[in-house]
Amino acid sequence: MLTPARETRRARWEDVLKAPSFAYLRASSLAQVFDALAEHGEDARILAGGQSLVPALNMRLSEPRLLIDINPIAALTGIERRGGMLRIGALTRHSEVGASPLVARLAPLIHQAIPHIAHPAIRNRGTFGGSLAQADPAAELPACVLALDAVLHLASRRGERAVSARDFFRALYETALAPDEVITAIDVPVAPQGTRSVFVELARRRGDYALVGLAAEAREVGLRLVFFGVGNKPVEAGAASAALAAGITAERIAAAQAALARDLDPPGDLQADGATKLHLARVLLGRAARALMAA
Amino acid sequence: MSESVDIRLTVNGQAVARRVAARQSLVDFLREELGLTGTRAGCEHGVCGACTLRLDGAIVRACLLFAAQLDGASIETIEGLSRSGEIADLQAAFHQHNALQCGFCTAGILVAAAALLRRGGVPSRAEIRDFLSGNYCRCTGYHAIIDAVEATCRARAGKSAP
Ligand SMILES: Cc1cc2nc3c(=O)[nH]c(=O)nc-3n(C[C@H](O)[C@H](O)[C@H](O)COP(=O)(O)OP(=O)(O)OC[C@H]3O[C@@H](n4cnc5c(N)ncnc54)[C@H](O)[C@@H]3O)c2cc1C
Ligand code: FES
Ligand code: FES
Repeated sequence: MLTPARETRRARWEDVLKAPSFAYLRASSLAQVFDALAEHGEDARILAGGQSLVPALNMRLSEPRLLIDINPIAALTGIERRGGMLRIGALTRHSEVGASPLVARLAPLIHQAIPHIAHPAIRNRGTFGGSLAQADPAAELPACVLALDAVLHLASRRGERAVSARDFFRALYETALAPDEVITAIDVPVAPQGTRSVFVELARRRGDYALVGLAAEAREVGLRLVFFGVGNKPVEAGAASAALAAGITAERIAAAQAALARDLDPPGDLQADGATKLHLARVLLGRAARALMAA
Repeated sequence: MSESVDIRLTVNGQAVARRVAARQSLVDFLREELGLTGTRAGCEHGVCGACTLRLDGAIVRACLLFAAQLDGASIETIEGLSRSGEIADLQAAFHQHNALQCGFCTAGILVAAAALLRRGGVPSRAEIRDFLSGNYCRCTGYHAIIDAVEATCRARAGKSAP
């Protein structure tokens, strides 16, 4: 039992570090989610892994009236190959993606990226779709799906649509998702034979969001370099990639590192200023290019 | 859809049924409703790991779950893991290696380390550090914690210290 004095302290505490009041809906089907979203619009939020949403609630950065818990919807989970695509259900946990032999073989870039996301206990809850919906500019998976030309499947009561990763990420924490839409699955094109993938990032502490990161995918059709932590969304480095197009050599790596100034103009943040971030991006580009050369 | 929710779950092997406020976190539910105060509420936004427990066999952050979500779930807390004897050797190693001072982080670290132990084998010190990177300790400086976990892994694998 709490004493009256502690009750009062507790009450004050609850106004600052506890979630606000909300109604809770345990959704057992997508139809139920669509109805609730259509009815409550911006007042409702989808609760997936909760590893970004719940901290935001506890810090009162977000005060939705209704949480729609999609965790019971089994149809949103799982990883399977469908022809030339690897389909990842939106609710698939980071730890399942990381442990999947299919992902390791057919989407090695994603396999390499997962251990950089937070810590084991957070990866056991956080979901693939939740990371993309959250669209944190320093997050690993948005950069991966952009580098891999993945397609996101979005659904609402109005119907379904497919949006390419390129069109999905719009601005800081802003995506193509409409307030009544749910990400149901992500299709990742299967890596062709001979694909080389390298994922590297720098963070102050293991598991932190990246200071700067790079998802690099080398295919016969070309080299895709996507940086994250350097802008308000993942950034494709076209000039640097062009500098390496004729094959990776030591001189071309230096040229690509110089060219990076045309691709990136990182804003500074609490962790590093823009010039430091550009420098670190060049360091990562050098590491990734040398790894690709050796692969 | 409601601001209070009826849940039935298993906590440390015992059936529990309660009506909870939708906004109540799992860590507050355990501490305040069930009196299970081994699970700590530290940062309450997923960063420190003090609230780590097992949900359906996998370690999670209890501050980032609402009790309302747990209908049908099975929870194991440090109280359950202690009582079952599953981590008796790990606890003894923490004692022996001085791997705790104030003890605030200890329950979370024991539960997390138990998940690493369940994988079997003897991880390197770097792997142990990596696995426990989401659990903060403000007192020990971590070395003794890594020592204790490493010693337990070795003992379970039948290998003596190097
Ligand atoms: C300490 C800590 C460290 C972390 N470090 C990292 C890190 O290094 N890198 C990283 O990438 N992430 C990190 N995360 C975040 C983690 O990866 C989250 O799991 C992820 O960002 C969000 O996924 P979620 O399933 O938890 O989504 P939730 O938190 O449940 O939801 C996030 C947002 O997405 C919306 N949403 C979720 N699913 C869907 C869907 N299917 N359709 C439409 N909208 C949806 C929600 O409404 C909400 O707005 C960290 C988290 C913590 C607590
Ligand atoms: S209290 Fe849950 S991680 Fe800090
Ligand atoms: S022993 Fe005090 S925080 Fe770890």
